[in-house]
Amino acid sequence: MIWFWILTAGIVTFLTRFSMIALINPNLLSDNLKKVLTYVPSAVFPAIIFPAVFLDKKGLMLSIDNPQILGFLIAIIVGYFFKNIILTIFSGLISYWMLVFWLS
Amino acid sequence: MKNLSIFQKGFLDVLPLTIPVVPFGIIYGVIGTEIGFSPLMTFVMSFVIFAGSSQIAFTQLFFTGASPIVIIGSVAAINSRHLLYGAVLSQYLNKLHLGWRILLSYLMTDQAFSVSSFYLKKNKNKFNSYYHLLGSGFTLWFLWQVSTLIGIFLGNIVPEQLGLEFTIPLTFLALIVRELRKIDHLIVIMFSGISSLIIYNLPYKIYVIVSAFIALVVSYFLIINSKKTKK
Repeated sequence: MIWFWILTAGIVTFLTRFSMIALINPNLLSDNLKKVLTYVPSAVFPAIIFPAVFLDKKGLMLSIDNPQILGFLIAIIVGYFFKNIILTIFSGLISYWMLVFWLS
Repeated sequence: MKNLSIFQKGFLDVLPLTIPVVPFGIIYGVIGTEIGFSPLMTFVMSFVIFAGSSQIAFTQLFFTGASPIVIIGSVAAINSRHLLYGAVLSQYLNKLHLGWRILLSYLMTDQAFSVSSFYLKKNKNKFNSYYHLLGSGFTLWFLWQVSTLIGIFLGNIVPEQLGLEFTIPLTFLALIVRELRKIDHLIVIMFSGISSLIIYNLPYKIYVIVSAFIALVVSYFLIINSKKTKK
């Protein structure tokens, strides 16, 4: 079944790429809708980020001194100042590892 | 200019933007196998979906037990930004054969769009300027497949105790880190994130889609509001 859903995800992704190129009149999107689409990453990604950082596997809030939350905050600060994708990921991951090691 | 030299220009133009793509592909490959997909599945996803953030979201949601409809809905939502790219590119590609348009659509990514839309606009009158998009798109595609394979290989070696699932939220954070300085984006981010925590326990993990929708409605009102203040 999982193969079916991978294929479906592939087709859906392809259609988002192809639909506007295939249309004869791509001006179908209104100006407001085009602007809304520029907010898509800011609207979708936090809904994946926040629960993965702040909640445990049962969906309960973690305490604020959890290594995961602290690592995440460090990644935000690094990302904010350096605006670098790789630096953001690795600063968070390495500080998470150090905190786990240090607190255990 | 010959087709091949335009293809090469696409390759060279996109090259600087591929620097984060390779580690991103490796991270995906590691996470995919670490979290429980088979190596073959992890690789096929890079081939069939060919969209990094969607593949990672798919993996994450699948293993937190989200319903398939929610997973596909999230993939569609993440990829809806492609509609925007397509709307821009279609004026340059609409005279091409269907086969070309299918191929170039499949290869269209954030990075390829950002370099090739610029080239296509500047070289509107060249009949073969679409080779630039072929060059940039193919380069990215090739690196994505290779880096996925490296990640799959590493995923089989790296011990599970490293807690690499944590790279999933970090990766998504890295993708929006540039928006943190913009107040309107920050508002949208907070609406999405906080509502996802509040409604997390709704069935089928539907919180992803509902939170994204709430945040997009907020962005719509921000757009309307900024228009009013400009007048």
